[in-house]
Amino acid sequence: MSKANRNIVIIGNGISGVTCARHIRKKDESAHITIISGETDHFFSRTALMYIYMGHMKYEHTKPYEDWFWKKNRINLKRAWVEKIDFEEKSLIFSNGESMAYDVLVLATGSKPNKFGWPGQDLKGVQGMYSFQDLELMQANTQNISRAVIVGGGLIGIEMAEMLNSRKIPVTFLVRENNFWDNILPLEESKMINRHILEHHIDLRLGTELGEIIGDESGMVKAITTKSGETIACQFVGLTVGVSPNIEFLYAQPSKGSKPLEGFLKEKVLQTNKGIVVDRFFKTNIPDVYAIGDCAEFQEAPASDRKNIEQVWYTGRMHGETLAYNLTSDNPVPYQPGVWFNSAKFFDIEYQTYGFVPANWSEEYESLYWEDAGGKIAIRFLYGKSDMKIKGVNAFRWRLRHDYFDKAISEGWMFEKVLTHLNIASFNPEFFKSHYKAVLDHYNKQKGKSLKVHKESFFKKLIGSRA
Amino acid sequence: MKTIQKIGLVIFVFGLTLFSLLPFFGTYQLEKGTVEANVKEIHTGKMVEVLSPMFGKTYSSNFAFISDFKSYFNTYNDGLKANQEWDKVIWDNYAFALTKASSTGPVAENPFLFLGITVLIGVFGALLYILPLYRGQTEGIKNDGIFFSSMKSRGLLGMITGAWLILFYIVLYWFPEYITNLVLMVDPISMAVSGNPASQWFLYGFIYTLAIIVMGIRMFRKYRGNAYQTIRTTSVMFSQLAFAFLLPEILVLMNMPWHDFKNIWPLDYTFFYEYRVEGMVSSGALGMFMLVWGIILIVIGVPLFTYFYGKRWYCSWVCGCGGLAETLGDPYRQLSDKSVKAWKIERYLVHGVLVFAILMTGFTIANYFSGFELLGQATDQLHSIYGFAIGSAFAGVIGTGFYPLMGNRVWCRFGCPLAAYLGIVQRFKSRFRITTNGGQCISCGNCSTYCEMGIDVRWYAQRGQNIVRSSCVGCGVCSAVCPRGVLKLENGDEDGRINEMPIIIGNKSITVKA
Ligand SMILES: Cc1cc2nc3c(=O)[nH]c(=O)nc-3n(C[C@H](O)[C@H](O)[C@H](O)COP(=O)(O)OP(=O)(O)OC[C@H]3O[C@@H](n4cnc5c(N)ncnc54)[C@H](O)[C@@H]3O)c2cc1C
Ligand code: SF4
Ligand code: SF4
Repeated sequence: MSKANRNIVIIGNGISGVTCARHIRKKDESAHITIISGETDHFFSRTALMYIYMGHMKYEHTKPYEDWFWKKNRINLKRAWVEKIDFEEKSLIFSNGESMAYDVLVLATGSKPNKFGWPGQDLKGVQGMYSFQDLELMQANTQNISRAVIVGGGLIGIEMAEMLNSRKIPVTFLVRENNFWDNILPLEESKMINRHILEHHIDLRLGTELGEIIGDESGMVKAITTKSGETIACQFVGLTVGVSPNIEFLYAQPSKGSKPLEGFLKEKVLQTNKGIVVDRFFKTNIPDVYAIGDCAEFQEAPASDRKNIEQVWYTGRMHGETLAYNLTSDNPVPYQPGVWFNSAKFFDIEYQTYGFVPANWSEEYESLYWEDAGGKIAIRFLYGKSDMKIKGVNAFRWRLRHDYFDKAISEGWMFEKVLTHLNIASFNPEFFKSHYKAVLDHYNKQKGKSLKVHKESFFKKLIGSRA
Repeated sequence: MKTIQKIGLVIFVFGLTLFSLLPFFGTYQLEKGTVEANVKEIHTGKMVEVLSPMFGKTYSSNFAFISDFKSYFNTYNDGLKANQEWDKVIWDNYAFALTKASSTGPVAENPFLFLGITVLIGVFGALLYILPLYRGQTEGIKNDGIFFSSMKSRGLLGMITGAWLILFYIVLYWFPEYITNLVLMVDPISMAVSGNPASQWFLYGFIYTLAIIVMGIRMFRKYRGNAYQTIRTTSVMFSQLAFAFLLPEILVLMNMPWHDFKNIWPLDYTFFYEYRVEGMVSSGALGMFMLVWGIILIVIGVPLFTYFYGKRWYCSWVCGCGGLAETLGDPYRQLSDKSVKAWKIERYLVHGVLVFAILMTGFTIANYFSGFELLGQATDQLHSIYGFAIGSAFAGVIGTGFYPLMGNRVWCRFGCPLAAYLGIVQRFKSRFRITTNGGQCISCGNCSTYCEMGIDVRWYAQRGQNIVRSSCVGCGVCSAVCPRGVLKLENGDEDGRINEMPIIIGNKSITVKA
């Protein structure tokens, strides 16, 4: 197929679809680009939904581009739900019966909240938190309530707790694990977050699982029970037990009364597992059909420390960048993520991580953990026991330089070198109390060493220079 | 809200209401002696004659008094103007001085009492409200509910506040004779610090300083745990109190010209006016120092400090306008317009004002050195146009009055010629930048929303690009509110400061991209 004037259609206006469209436009003047979404007219930042609820921002503020941007860059936007895809005819069918042809199709349909078949999970007042519609629903569901229960101790769960807390709604937070997010965070970090959650007057229930959700006559939730038999009265239940790829609509669903056509896709069946199966070039099994972002599942994980499904903002963006490059280049490149990084915020505690720091590690690694006396600032390094090379870092309330750690980890710098240069690696605002000396002292004491901080000259400090 | 805070609010509103009503109280009586004491000698005879019908009459309101005064005075002047007897026309405006001197009401008798039950009680109420703010809460960003607040998101309360401020500025600049009661309250204070009775400008400076201090304390509460904000706020509070309020008045006490050592031309647009220059030159060594220091600040201070630290050294650490914006204006920072359109308007306006200020000053100086042969008295006209349109209407009425409508930096962003000058240096020759932390941005928009200068910080951050913008005043709030630790204000090598083609870190598939 010739590349000129291609009709590229992207389903999904999230970070992955939008990044892909933007980068295609940068390199291909002639392509017709269309982005379809049923959720909102314009791209907004999903990660900022919580701030709308909390009154930090309005919906308009969460749009990363002004509305004129799309027209200027000749990216057509269409607000509609795609109901079916006819891969044979290369055509999309919308829920209102209209259709649209494509030459190249990019599936960037994101995720949807998990539900695990709990009794009562479809009652009124019970919901997940993913889309803009979920946010609106939550605004409506949490008017004049006296208690909310959140099920699931992940990132969206704690965000939901913060949201409700900002409106002074008492929250009971059910976390199945013994410590918050302890499948990702090492024990000390998890415990620090436990304490911080409690400090915000959240009724945190560790090691507690949901039994069932109980409704009243009108179909509204009125309480939940835990597996251990306790009943907690509540008028709202947030289900935040993870997300999975949003691909249900791809299985020919019944529409407008007609039965789903067996073999609608004929021999052209899109291969899916949990997500849409793709190779390292984001190709699905069907030619000219690609998948990126939360909805894609790699046949093989892109790296040893990566999962087959990547469900974060940053990876969505990188998928979009890479696919756009491949669609506009004669030499496609395989997706090759660099050093892992991520960040989050647990109420007031910012968290950044670079490289490899799992919840538990094997004998090959050693770790240095330092926590400030106030119990809210912490840093953990993981390094090779024998080679002493830095593998990864977790930082809490301590901003770190991404470029520094990307280099240090990918180039395998000596851990002790990083430790003595922490003042340079820090990204905290000016005048903030620095802790690099305390960390180094802590290490020196543990190991009986006497490493010294790499000093900066007074003049350099005065003019604020950095190496 | 705690009960004590509610009480504080009630007390504050009480003080503010009384303050607003005070100009309507009191009686006014003009005597011959009052006129003689308050007008220039050459005008005494005429003024006594013109105003004699008012003598001995008791007016129950300042409106009646001023209306009579104006009608007699204008009748006299209009007659002369009609006959083109320009040299006899009295150009001086005596309305304020005479109204103030004629006030015989309770305020004139008990200035401290009225100061106490208006301004001081207002301060007390405000502190009752502010001090317990966020008590018992953890350190962190306190932006909950801002966009649900009527005061902070252009609701009714915001509109009322804006209207009040606009009205206050209009009266202050153009109708000060109506607020002589308020000025009378601060007379004793003015006498104590400068040995002179208060003008409306003293009243303004007094309230302005109080506003910065009280709302500065609010900043300490709101940004608790953020050292940059705390130190910066302390700096603007100190600059205002010491350099803009106390020191100039003390200079007056020492028979020196009123002078604010931290104000810089062209923000201080009268610096090169004849009366200012002569005032300085004729005030001995200290006067000469004022002149030299002022010029050093313009030609060396601004470029040098801005090179090392960015324009923030002035705009959000020292400046009085910036000081008010960063304290009184902080609750409104999210209302600034972030659109590219607003940015375009900003560039035209702010540089336009800079050009205007330079031209005006250039003409003034040239005219002065040519012995007024070049333009004669035309520079006076230029001065009054600038003073009216820029100095008063833009900087005051719009600059502060529009806080609750367009955010707290309307003047700094769209109008301040000094900001434009600092901005040009910052943009093209400075070590200052806001560094973007690799690929960590989640495009949430907090930074852009809370940027008082209307900079779309996210636009840069989400592309992994450093923020180098002439308008950035370095308030540091974008960095403070970022939930992912993406932004850092810093000074560093000029290499790599502007990274137009950033490589977003984290994706090794493609190495360099546009
Ligand atoms: C509350 C919340 C907070 C988060 N915070 C973070 C964070 O801090 N950091 C981080 O890294 N990640 C975070 N994430 C995850 C991150 O937002 C996602 O990984 C990312 O948004 C996925 O982007 P995407 O482009 O793959 O899909 P999405 O953003 O989900 O976009 C998919 C779009 O496609 C539309 N769509 C789907 N099917 C159809 C159809 N049939 N027809 C039409 N339109 C369709 C959807 O409506 C949606 O608009 C958060 C997620 C949530 C929900
Ligand atoms: S960019 Fe940041 S530091 Fe600069 S003015 Fe805006 S909020 Fe303040
Ligand atoms: S606040 Fe931080 S994460 Fe959010 S858009 Fe700005 S830089 Fe990005």
